[in-house]
Amino acid sequence: MEATTYIKRTHDGRITIKSGNKVERVMSGTLTVLTALTIMAFIFFDYTGLDLGEAFPATVYNLKTMFLEPTLSHFSWGEAFYQVGITLGLAFLATILGAVIAFFLALMAATNLSKEWVSKTIRIVVAFIRAVPTVLWVLIFAIAAGLGSEAAVLGMLFHSIAYLVKAFSESFEEVDQGILEALRATGANWWHIVTHAVLPSTFTYLLSWTFLRFEINFAVAVAMGAAAGAGGIGFELFMASGFYFDLREVGFITYMILVLAIVLEIMSTRLKNRYFPDSSAN
Amino acid sequence: MNEKVMRNQRKKQTIIFSVIIIVLTYLSANITGFNILHGIATLPEAIVWIFSNLYITQESLEKLPTILEKLIETILMSIAATTTATVVSIFLGLMGSKTTGTNGVMGVFARFIASVSRNIPVVAWALILLLSFGQNSVTGYLALFVGSVGFLTRAFIESIDEASLSAVEALRATGATYFQIVYKAVIPQCLPQMISWILFMIETNIRNATLVGILTGTGIGFSFDLYYKTLNYNAVALVTFSIVIAVIMIELISNHIRKVIL
Repeated sequence: MEATTYIKRTHDGRITIKSGNKVERVMSGTLTVLTALTIMAFIFFDYTGLDLGEAFPATVYNLKTMFLEPTLSHFSWGEAFYQVGITLGLAFLATILGAVIAFFLALMAATNLSKEWVSKTIRIVVAFIRAVPTVLWVLIFAIAAGLGSEAAVLGMLFHSIAYLVKAFSESFEEVDQGILEALRATGANWWHIVTHAVLPSTFTYLLSWTFLRFEINFAVAVAMGAAAGAGGIGFELFMASGFYFDLREVGFITYMILVLAIVLEIMSTRLKNRYFPDSSAN
Repeated sequence: MNEKVMRNQRKKQTIIFSVIIIVLTYLSANITGFNILHGIATLPEAIVWIFSNLYITQESLEKLPTILEKLIETILMSIAATTTATVVSIFLGLMGSKTTGTNGVMGVFARFIASVSRNIPVVAWALILLLSFGQNSVTGYLALFVGSVGFLTRAFIESIDEASLSAVEALRATGATYFQIVYKAVIPQCLPQMISWILFMIETNIRNATLVGILTGTGIGFSFDLYYKTLNYNAVALVTFSIVIAVIMIELISNHIRKVIL
């Protein structure tokens, strides 16, 4: 703490040298804070009724029963496929309706196609919608619109729109400015520009993003079935584990979800490698 | 002539594509019993309901301390799940990546673990773990942990694969051991990417924690469920609002960190 010089020294007179640059300091700071918060979390956890010595062997036993002896006892194969169909249907509806609405909103949110205040307003609204977890949207709509597929689809729709508007508007902003200018110079109106320049050059991206969202929506639809009573395989999973305590059935349902999710993931990875060869984000 | 053929083909493809989408939409609407017109009709009603019922009153504000306590518990749980999953994922990522993988069998094993834990939804994990762990924070923590391991391992494998091989080769030429190579060449290169993924995972986990909380009866999800089922909509609004603020704040912080490190 010398007031006369501007060099900071340690107590034994040596000049303090900060190691690394700002990037390294921020990174190590982030990691330190996260570690500290983790330790705090473990201290403050609510351990009511937990006996680790009992819980771990029990989990291992449960997992063994689930995955090695899967059977169906409360419904038939046909019913199981029907329920999976419902889940896929919910996911598909939310995705496709979301994609259509998000397309128009994204046109208004893209800075190169819209006025600044419009795009800012949409972005803020979308950020707000994204911040509310999907399950809360579904539950809120369940009171407002009545329990059933409408509430589930509307709730999932909200989140899909928010996600896709962000993805779509970013793709639109990558459209070559020259193309837009050339079309504007010919006297094309806004709609012409959209259908003849923006849509053709971004269509594959839009399709891949929509499929990625479908993959997410499948998992969300399972979750909504379990937590918000939206029906489908998620609801059966909830019943099997929470009401019948039938581990073998839980195992069977988990296998079904797992197989479908892996198929969807393989498809979306292929799409991603084909259309976004050089991006790894999200 | 040629152009005409191409155009016709294009038109045909567009029509087939649209027909498939319409048929699938119709089938989905049919199987789920979703009525688009009814859906559209209820939307304004729902929004009116939201504005006339979901607002914060003086009375509900009195519950703020309890809600904040639960919210902090949830955030801490998400962070703990993410950081502990990171430690496991780094090892799985190193095993699974082509650059640093030492053994094909271990690589396949790492990818298999990641795929299974990622593709079984967090809800399923929560329900499975609830059976043996009971209603407490650890159940929610473990459910988030398993999902995070799956996601982060995949992300880390990709980041490590992208890291340049030349640094690894240079170190190998000097006779560095495996851990020296990992510690001095691979980790420093991937660290910014990895931190970015960790931050993303924390954001996702806070949203998922609400869902897991509803199922396992812990954290902010439990508060929401409690007020929701007792029809205390003003408190529901307060819970929702506090989640929104927490999520947006964490997003802003992590965007700021990302801007500096990437």
